Amino acid sequence: MDNTTLIGLAGILASAAPLVFAVIGETLTERAGITNLSLNGLILLTAMAGFGAAVSTGSVLLGFIVGAVIGGFVSWLVAFSSISLKQSQVAVGFVLALMCRDLSYFMGTPFVGLAGPRVSPLPIPLLMDIPILGTLFFNQDLTVYASILLIIFAYVWLFKTRPGLMLQGIGEKPAAAFVRGADVNRLRYLYTIIGGALVGLAGPMYSLSVKAGWKGTLSGLDGIGWIALSIVIFGGWSPLRGAIGAYLFGLLQWLGLVLQPNLPNIPSQVLQVAPFPLMILTLLIFNIGNTEWVDRTLAGLPEDVRRVIARILRALRTTPPASLGVPFDNE
Amino acid sequence: MKQTRWLDYGLRVLAIVIALLFTTVVLLLANANPIEAFKNIIVGSVGSIGKFSDVMVAWVPLLLATAGVLVTFSAGLWNIGMEGQITLGAIFTTWALRLLQDSALPPFLSIILGIIAGMLGGMLWASLVALLRIYGGVNEIFGGLGMNFVATALTIWLIFGPWKRPGVGSMSGTEQFPETLWLPMFDSSRLSPWSLGVGIVALLVVFFLLNGTTFGLKLKAVGKNPRSAFMMGIPTTRYMMVAFLLCGAFAGLAGAMQVTGVYHRLIPSISSGYGFLGLMVGMLSNYQAIAAGIWTLFFAILNIGSIQLPIVMKLDSTLSGVLQGALVLSVLLMEGVRQKMLRKRQGGSHG
Repeated sequence: MDNTTLIGLAGILASAAPLVFAVIGETLTERAGITNLSLNGLILLTAMAGFGAAVSTGSVLLGFIVGAVIGGFVSWLVAFSSISLKQSQVAVGFVLALMCRDLSYFMGTPFVGLAGPRVSPLPIPLLMDIPILGTLFFNQDLTVYASILLIIFAYVWLFKTRPGLMLQGIGEKPAAAFVRGADVNRLRYLYTIIGGALVGLAGPMYSLSVKAGWKGTLSGLDGIGWIALSIVIFGGWSPLRGAIGAYLFGLLQWLGLVLQPNLPNIPSQVLQVAPFPLMILTLLIFNIGNTEWVDRTLAGLPEDVRRVIARILRALRTTPPASLGVPFDNE
Repeated sequence: MKQTRWLDYGLRVLAIVIALLFTTVVLLLANANPIEAFKNIIVGSVGSIGKFSDVMVAWVPLLLATAGVLVTFSAGLWNIGMEGQITLGAIFTTWALRLLQDSALPPFLSIILGIIAGMLGGMLWASLVALLRIYGGVNEIFGGLGMNFVATALTIWLIFGPWKRPGVGSMSGTEQFPETLWLPMFDSSRLSPWSLGVGIVALLVVFFLLNGTTFGLKLKAVGKNPRSAFMMGIPTTRYMMVAFLLCGAFAGLAGAMQVTGVYHRLIPSISSGYGFLGLMVGMLSNYQAIAAGIWTLFFAILNIGSIQLPIVMKLDSTLSGVLQGALVLSVLLMEGVRQKMLRKRQGGSHG
C-alpha cells in the first residue's frame, strides 16, 4: 500500500468521525423507540454555536460542551413533545430540522469566515510508528480516537450489558420491558437526550476539526443530517454496521474528490449530490424485502429460485425496532 | 363546550406569543433591536402597495404548495419531496417554452402548454417518490429529500450546461423568455392576476375535494388507518399514488407559475423553500381552507418583510424561517397541552 492511499484512508477515518457520532447517537435514540428527525438542523446549529463559542473564548473544549448541551436540549424538546404531549415525532423533528438550520445561519453571521481555534493533532508516541496501522489509527486527533472508542462502547453497551438489553426491550416490546420494571418513558427521555448530545458533538467536530470554520450557507454541512439518518437504517440500528456505513460514505466522498479531475464533463455540483441517489438506492435494496408485492412475487417462483432470492433479501434486509415511533402508555 | 372553545383560542394566542418571545430572545442574542427588526418586517411587507404586491407574488406558490400538502397529509403521507417537485415543474415549463418559443403557435397557447408540462414534471418527480414508497419500501421522507437534491443538481447542470446563456452560463439563470411568453401582469408590478387566481382556486378546489367528496373521505380514511381502510375495500396503494400525483401536480403548477409569472426563466433556487413552508402551513391549518389561506399570507408577509433585514440592519433574512419554525413548534406544543388538559378533564369527570 503506497503512502498516498494510506494517508487518504487515514483522512477518511478522520472525516467520517463526526458522522460516526451522529449515526451512533441517533441509533441509540431510535433503539429506544424515538425518531429524532431534527438531525440536519441540529448538526448545523451545533457546528455554528460550537465554533462561535470556541472563537469567542479560545477554548475548543467549550465549543464541544456547547454543542452537546444544545444537542441534548433540542432533543429533549423532541422527547417532551412526543412522550409527554403525544405530538407527532415526525412533525416536531421536521420543524426543528428546518428551524435549527435557519437559526444557525441567522446567529452565525458574525462568525462567517473567521479564523478560529481547532482541535490539534495528537499522535500517540510509539504506536504511531507501527507500519500502516500507526498512520491509520494513531496519528490522528482526539475526535478520531473518541469516535473509535464510541463505536466499541456503544456496541458493548447495547449488546453485552443489562441496561443495553433493557434499551433494546423498550424499543421492541415496551410493555414487556415495563412489566419487568423498566420506566419506559423515562428511559426514552434519557436516550433521546444522550443521543442528541452525541449528535450535538458532531457539529463542533466539523466546525473545529474536519471542516474548520463557519461559512454560513457555504459551510457544506446542509444535508449531512439526512445522510446520517439514512445510515442509521443502512446500519440496521447497530452501532457497528452504522459506523461501517459512515466510513463507506466517507470513502465514496473521497473517491469523488480523487476521481473528479478525471471526469471533467461532470460539473462539481452534480458530484456533490451523488450521495443522495446512492442513499435512495441503498435504502431501496435494504427495504424492498419488507414489501408485500415481493413476498407475493416470490411465492409464485419455482422453489429453488425462490429460496436463493429470499436468502439474499433476508441477508440485506434491515428491520427497525418494532415500537419505533409508537408512543407508550403504561395504563 | 364554551369553555373548551375559549381554551382553544387562549392556547392559540399563547402559542403566537411564545413564538414572538422566542424570536425576540434570538434577536437580543444577536445584538439586534427586536422592535426595529419587527418594524422593518412589517414596513417591508405591508408598508406600501408595491411591497404588498411582492407579498402577493410570494403568496401564490405558497398557496399552491399548501394545496398539494393538504392532499398528501390527508393520506397520512409526508411529501417532503415537494421542493424537488416544484423544481421539476419549473424545469419542464422552461423546457416546453424553449421548444415552443420559435414555433408559430399563438403565445397564450404556448404558455398553457408550458404550464401543463410543468404539472407533468411535478407529477413525474412525485411518482418516483410514490413508487419508491409503495413498491420499494423506502420511506417518502428519505425518497423525497434525495429527489430534492437531485432536482437542484439537475437545475444547475441545465443552467451551466445545455441551457446556458449565449457566452457563459451563470447563477443568474437561463436566457429570459420574450415578453410574449410572460403571464400578463398588473401594471408596474411582478404580480399576475392569472397566477393569483390559480393559487386561490387551487386551495378552494382542494378544500372541496377533501371535505365535500367521497374521494376525500376515503383518502382521509387511508391516512387515519391504512389497514382498516384496506379492509373496508379501499384500494389503499392506489389512493396513496393518486395523493402523490395530485400533490406533484400542484407543486409542478407552482414551479410553472414561478417561470411564466415571476422569473421568466429558470434560476438555480427556483423552489425557494416554498415546498417546506407549505408543509409547515399544512401542520398549522388542520385542513381548514380559510386557516390555510391566512397562514400562507402571513408566511408570505414574513418572507418578503425579512428581505429588508440584511439591507437595513445587516441581519440575515433567515429570521423569517426562525419565526415560522417557532410558530409551528409552539402551536404543536400547545395542541399537545390542550389535548392533555381535555384528557385530564374527561378523566376527572369519570372518576
